[in-house]
Amino acid sequence: MSEPHEQHGIVLTEEQKRRRRARSVAIAVSLGILVVLFYLVTLVKGPGVLQRPL
Amino acid sequence: MSLASQSEKLTAQFSTAEVGDYLALLKPRVMSLVVFTAFVGLVLAPVPMHPVMAFTALLCIAVGAGAAGALNMWYDADIDARMQRTRARPIPAGRILPGEALGFGLLLAGFSVVILSLLVNLTAGALLAFTIFFYVVVYTMWLKRWTPQNIVIGGAAGAFPPMIGWAAATGGISLESVLLFLIIFFWTPPHFWALSLYRADDYARAGIPMLPVVSGERETRRQILIYTLILAPLGVAPWLLGFAGPVYGVIAVVTGAAMLALAIRLLTERTDRAAKQLFAFSILYLFLLFAFLLIDRAVGAHLGVVG
Repeated sequence: MSEPHEQHGIVLTEEQKRRRRARSVAIAVSLGILVVLFYLVTLVKGPGVLQRPL
Repeated sequence: MSLASQSEKLTAQFSTAEVGDYLALLKPRVMSLVVFTAFVGLVLAPVPMHPVMAFTALLCIAVGAGAAGALNMWYDADIDARMQRTRARPIPAGRILPGEALGFGLLLAGFSVVILSLLVNLTAGALLAFTIFFYVVVYTMWLKRWTPQNIVIGGAAGAFPPMIGWAAATGGISLESVLLFLIIFFWTPPHFWALSLYRADDYARAGIPMLPVVSGERETRRQILIYTLILAPLGVAPWLLGFAGPVYGVIAVVTGAAMLALAIRLLTERTDRAAKQLFAFSILYLFLLFAFLLIDRAVGAHLGVVG
């Protein structure tokens, strides 16, 4: 492992890494919810899923 | 420039936010009231909705409301920092960068409107888009810092959700959904002016032209009573017009009378306590009206099946 002073640019602290990971997980969960939502709506509405009443 | 302040500048360039900070941008307490009133509009509509579609509609409305909250906090970060009540919000507290809140709000607004339009119907999607536009552009950017009528006109944004719920179920707009709109519309001024009476210093410091700051407390108390005089009969109207039962009617008459009594007392008893009580009761009042519209419909449907 290199010493911190040998690294270039911004070095994230452990806390910042944890927060970045938490944000990534939250985005993944949101995308997962959208996938499940679109799947369920397709089941309910059938093949004409985008045909909607005005 | 010292090394320390240089590194502070650098760390300010990337996000150090917790997930919870983003959730705070969505104004969860406002969102819960939006979802509740939208749900009531959706259930009261004469067209039954598949549970999955109802969930989709409510999710989009909730996220759209959250997006409006995030965009409001992005634009108002400067005045939020000057007010006691809003000082700890993510942007003034330095936990989220303004640009992050702007991007987050725009993304959620776009997704919620497009998904509601495509999966549910265009009327509901258009109403949601208009609501977000109204709250962010008309209220936040234009009226809030300019006129004491800010919350009167801007209150329309908070009054739209039951109409969106109704439109999600029926694809249209009708007298019933407009009445739900009017109830919230006339509820908003007494509610916020009661709050502004005991927060007048805060608003004055932030330079927001709330009614007590501009026209004085006396005029504010008078205006609160005028709006409550319109609100109380509107609350009873769903029963008088026949789309809510007598149980709702009794609740609306009793709580409406209590609202009026508190507003009248506010004219003579010029204390923060009287204003706080009206503010607190106004929340309970709106909640009870909508809850009993819901209960009334649920009981009616049950009796309909049994009978």
